[in-house]
Amino acid sequence: MATLPDYRGQHPAWCPGCGNFGILKVFKDAMIEMDIEPHQITVVSGIGQAGKFPHYIKCNTFNGLHGRTLPVATGIKLSNHDMLVVAVAGDGDCYGEGGNHLIHAIRRNISVKLFVHDNQIYGLTKGQASPTSMEGMKTKNQPFGVLSEQLNPIALAIALDCGFVARGFSGDGEHLKGLIKEAVHHKGFSLVDILQPCVTFNKVNTFEWYNERVYHLESEYDPEDRTGAFKKALEWGKRIPIGIIYRNHRETLEERIPMIKDKPLVRQSFDPSKLQATQKEFY
Amino acid sequence: MDYSIKIGGEAGQGIQTIGGTLAKAFSRSGYHVFTHQDYESRIRGGHNFFQIRFSENPLTASRDRVDILVALDKESIVCHENELTETGLIIYDSSILKQKHEKKHFLDIPFVNLAIEHGGSKIMGNTAAVGAVLGMLGLNTRILEAIITDAFKKKGDEVIQGNIRTAVAGHDFALKHCQECAFSAAPESEPKMLIAGNEAIGFGAIASGCRFYSAYPMTPSTGIMNYIADKEKDYRIIVEQAEDEIAAINMALGASFAGVRAMTGTSGGGFALMVEGLSLAGVTETPIVIALAQRPGPATGLPTRTEQGDLNFALYTAHGEVPRVIFAPGTPEQAFYLTNKAFGITEKYQIPVIILTDQYLADSQWTFEKFDLNRIHYSDQRLRGNALEKFSEYKRHAFTDNGVSPLGVPGDSKHLVVTDSDEHDEEGHIIEDAETRKKMVEKRLFKKLPLLQQEIESPVVYGNNHPDIVLVGWGSTYGVMKEAVDTLSGNKNIAMLHFTEIYPFPLREKFDYLNMLNNAKLSVCIENNATGQFARLMRTETGYEFKAKINRYDGRPFTLDSLLGELDGYITGL
Repeated sequence: MATLPDYRGQHPAWCPGCGNFGILKVFKDAMIEMDIEPHQITVVSGIGQAGKFPHYIKCNTFNGLHGRTLPVATGIKLSNHDMLVVAVAGDGDCYGEGGNHLIHAIRRNISVKLFVHDNQIYGLTKGQASPTSMEGMKTKNQPFGVLSEQLNPIALAIALDCGFVARGFSGDGEHLKGLIKEAVHHKGFSLVDILQPCVTFNKVNTFEWYNERVYHLESEYDPEDRTGAFKKALEWGKRIPIGIIYRNHRETLEERIPMIKDKPLVRQSFDPSKLQATQKEFY
Repeated sequence: MDYSIKIGGEAGQGIQTIGGTLAKAFSRSGYHVFTHQDYESRIRGGHNFFQIRFSENPLTASRDRVDILVALDKESIVCHENELTETGLIIYDSSILKQKHEKKHFLDIPFVNLAIEHGGSKIMGNTAAVGAVLGMLGLNTRILEAIITDAFKKKGDEVIQGNIRTAVAGHDFALKHCQECAFSAAPESEPKMLIAGNEAIGFGAIASGCRFYSAYPMTPSTGIMNYIADKEKDYRIIVEQAEDEIAAINMALGASFAGVRAMTGTSGGGFALMVEGLSLAGVTETPIVIALAQRPGPATGLPTRTEQGDLNFALYTAHGEVPRVIFAPGTPEQAFYLTNKAFGITEKYQIPVIILTDQYLADSQWTFEKFDLNRIHYSDQRLRGNALEKFSEYKRHAFTDNGVSPLGVPGDSKHLVVTDSDEHDEEGHIIEDAETRKKMVEKRLFKKLPLLQQEIESPVVYGNNHPDIVLVGWGSTYGVMKEAVDTLSGNKNIAMLHFTEIYPFPLREKFDYLNMLNNAKLSVCIENNATGQFARLMRTETGYEFKAKINRYDGRPFTLDSLLGELDGYITGL
């Protein structure tokens, strides 16, 4: 069984107090508690502060291009569905640069676990608005404040009938760890939007700002009621719900591909025995 | 015997069905066949044609002259009547064209009525046309009947029999009414295989153990995806239609990282979107094969036509200094073997390989006796299971003498496989230091290069060994250049140099092509583009300047007649 030292990676280059530290810690804890070993996971990340995440743990890693985590993760999962494939991205990476891929990954329902470090700002490029920045937020690039409406990833995902939609908060570690485990156990695509402060650039959505607003979903809340979930997804402002907001049990992409019913593609050796017959078709 | 048949009409009239069926009937009858297509970017209407040339001798190009024109619309007559040979004929159905032609090179055949009368449905009119062409040529319908039986297997016996009766009726009508027919087909022989460029790449990929193909549909590359998708169950291949070309290349890289052979395909516009992914393949040293089927640009250009305009793009694109290998097959046969070589090289050296074709090669069908499957190599370079477990430590990007690091499969052992689009250390983790950066650049760009250069074959030589005239080209101009050499070799010392494996540029150790060029009186670089991109590459790599250049950039391929016409001016007086 893996222990914490097995998961110890490079020393993080994040700002002291960054919400990412909290996410990193509970991610490792969740993996250990689920008895998952580092070689059984592949983390795909993009570019941004969240993109560095896999370097700070130990696991198979593909740190690719900005916005392109989900296509890479899809290729990996389709080739080896025994592997736990996790995609880690920031709000700019996943909801901006890679928005198209998010839509189609949800449609495919490929069993990739997407954790979005959502600090509502661009950190690595030093403080521009992100798709989830709130309207009116002033930055160096948005001197009149953000003019576009804030993207609501939860509502977007529910509209697309995403299999697992949750929101967590980096400042509520135990709760977030639970969400990570649920997301991993879910069969199909999982989106966990994780609210986190950016201590350097986001002076609006601070730890205190989030802490005052987030609340755990009520115990009677039914995440399998899509209409109710959509209503819950629209809640943002004085109170922000965290927890599993929507869940369904759609068949996954990998379950629907007959070629990989028996075993993962990567475990099937190439069989050239039919090539002569295939060539005959050209006559 | 060297006949050309052209089927012209609007999109949606079944030109491809008629053309494809005739081509198959000829190749099964043992003739050499060459077909090419010219179509507009629309689903219905417009003017399109399918041209078939067949002979008892090998063929590698189209002629301008037509022996039988099957006109499914009026436009076909307007556009192509002047292409007829002296004995050439036009067949048409006056009930479709709503006009009657009395000139003696026209033959009115009631395709639709024959179909209704003998097959029970006017849909079978095209079958009557196929039968009629065979009748005019003095061929029987035996092979056609077998082709019909195969093609309509799923539709049941009634449809099969209806089509056969209609084919026979068309055949008999032409035999009876074609007073002007002076055709005589050569004796039949053993069936030949008939294969198009796109199919050859698809078949080559399958034969090479490709297990994952992701792409976004784009003419003229879509045929590769269609072919592989048709075989995905038999060969256990996953074909994923991506949301865009960015996703297509990134998915293929993900699959390759996970341990399966992966490929993508596109045309220029899609390749533009893949450029960042190409760079990613470079830095992460992830094997990938990319088929780039060119069409005329810039931007959307002429979407369904042909051009060799993306050589520079393939050579120089990607941010940063990215190594690559580029193949430019000239025939479906070369495309088949080079696709296999592409999979071998990309996996052995962990460098992206681009197969550069164009619409002309992608859609053209050629005949061959067979492809030799014994020439197909499959050597899995990935470290799987125990092979990986045995390493005391594993570093995905370990420094080695030849620059090639062991390619482990993630999850197959406790060893972790780590890679990064950032500059990274041997383990694959992000770094910033200058020394590691320098070593990684040298590993990727310089260490592998000498070995890679040894893998690249010399250009193909055809014709005289000590030529006065050398025709030089790359990619799809192979066939037309070869026939030009055949035509002119009677009274000229002429040869062709075809650069099939184009980059890294072939070394001159095995064959000193520069020597051949320097000793010739005339060298002509023939390219289907405006600026002579290969001529420039030659100058960059060797300093050699061609004495003449022939460039065609109207979106159409060279035909033998058009090329001979252009060459005439250079050759006369030599």
